[in-house]
Amino acid sequence: MKDKFLKVRMFGVVAEKTGESSLDIPFVIDTKQLTALLFEKYPQLDGIKFALAVDKQIVHENIPLHEGAEVALLPPFSGG
Amino acid sequence: MDMERFERQIILPELGKKGQQKLQSAKVLVVGAGGLGSPAILYLAAAGVGTIGIADGDCVTTTNLNRQILFGHNDVGSPKASVAARFIADRFPDIQIEAYQEYLTVENIPVILPKYDLVIDGSDNFSTRYMLNDASVLFGKPLVYGAIYRFEGQIALFNAGKESANYRDLYPQIPTPGEITNCSEAGVLGVLPGIIGTLQATEAIKWIAEIGESLINKVLFCNLKDHSFYEIDLVPNEDAQKNRPKTLEVFLKTDYSVDCLTVADIGWKEALVSSNPKSSVFIDIREPDEMPRWSNSQCLEIPYGELEEKAELFSEETSVFLFCQHGIRSRPAAVELRKILRRNSIYSVTGGVEHPDSPVKQLI
Repeated sequence: MKDKFLKVRMFGVVAEKTGESSLDIPFVIDTKQLTALLFEKYPQLDGIKFALAVDKQIVHENIPLHEGAEVALLPPFSGG
Repeated sequence: MDMERFERQIILPELGKKGQQKLQSAKVLVVGAGGLGSPAILYLAAAGVGTIGIADGDCVTTTNLNRQILFGHNDVGSPKASVAARFIADRFPDIQIEAYQEYLTVENIPVILPKYDLVIDGSDNFSTRYMLNDASVLFGKPLVYGAIYRFEGQIALFNAGKESANYRDLYPQIPTPGEITNCSEAGVLGVLPGIIGTLQATEAIKWIAEIGESLINKVLFCNLKDHSFYEIDLVPNEDAQKNRPKTLEVFLKTDYSVDCLTVADIGWKEALVSSNPKSSVFIDIREPDEMPRWSNSQCLEIPYGELEEKAELFSEETSVFLFCQHGIRSRPAAVELRKILRRNSIYSVTGGVEHPDSPVKQLI
């Protein structure tokens, strides 16, 4: 049986710091655990600000994740 | 206006004469005549938007020219707002153009914004973005948001009608300086703001002429590197909106200054080319006994420690170039002055007096 996983998409400075724009990671139950896992895996993200979208919907609070959910890390851009 | 000019768009059933009339009576304010503002202004004017306001307090520099397509080599040193206004007025004399040669502040926004129906955010810093967002909500103006980073862009239509999300619903709070990693030094592919600014003009035209689906409660992310678009949904969020001033009185007292800790370094060559004697000044921030001195009428001598108290001597100048002996003191001085004067056109001249390109030479 295939392991449960989550799809993570990274944008802007987040993608630049991690060197990844898209990756699959083992399933965790909510967004809080997911960000904790990502900060552990990529300590270079420390201090980087980003918004979270789960299945293309912006979330401001910790929410439960389902198997195969797509989570996007969306940092603000200021350039013009 | 000569309607023949718009024939190719009037024959679109979705636009028609009615849509063209809406464009003609529309008043759009473009904040920032830079990478995003340039294409946005051009397409709005070409499409026949009747009144266009252009707000920018900056002057053209050589490094702008890879992306700010309203400007060319001969414009370096001139104010962006008036150059942009002239460019449009020369081509489309039937359009009302208003140039605001100033940076937006909590004081001038309440005077300027109410004159317009829609605002385009083509600014290049978080202070202006949050200030403009909050003001748009306060004055009930739809805001076409656009922002760029290296190869990526974001576009949205905020505050367009009831139950329409705004920037605070995406990023509730203004970042602290420590959270801002890159500003003007981040690098950008010149064509990127061309695409994002053009998409902003598209959203503005669609909203005014009531065509198609607007990017309301959505944010579109675009990446030129892998030609991908990523659209996310946004909903108004009560908690996020708590960070926004709800009345004009509170807005006027809100401090939007954050700005980058990254310094705007500028080389002597570019500083000298960009400097316009009428609107810019060099400031020697060294102590009076440091040699050699520069005898130049465009140069003030104000030691570092006195900069803040004497800021009124140069606060009206469009561009301020600070220099010291080696370019070490002028960097933090530029950061401090940017915070005090709340604008980004304050630069630290790299290498200072000792730099090989420096015009300040020991008399032999």
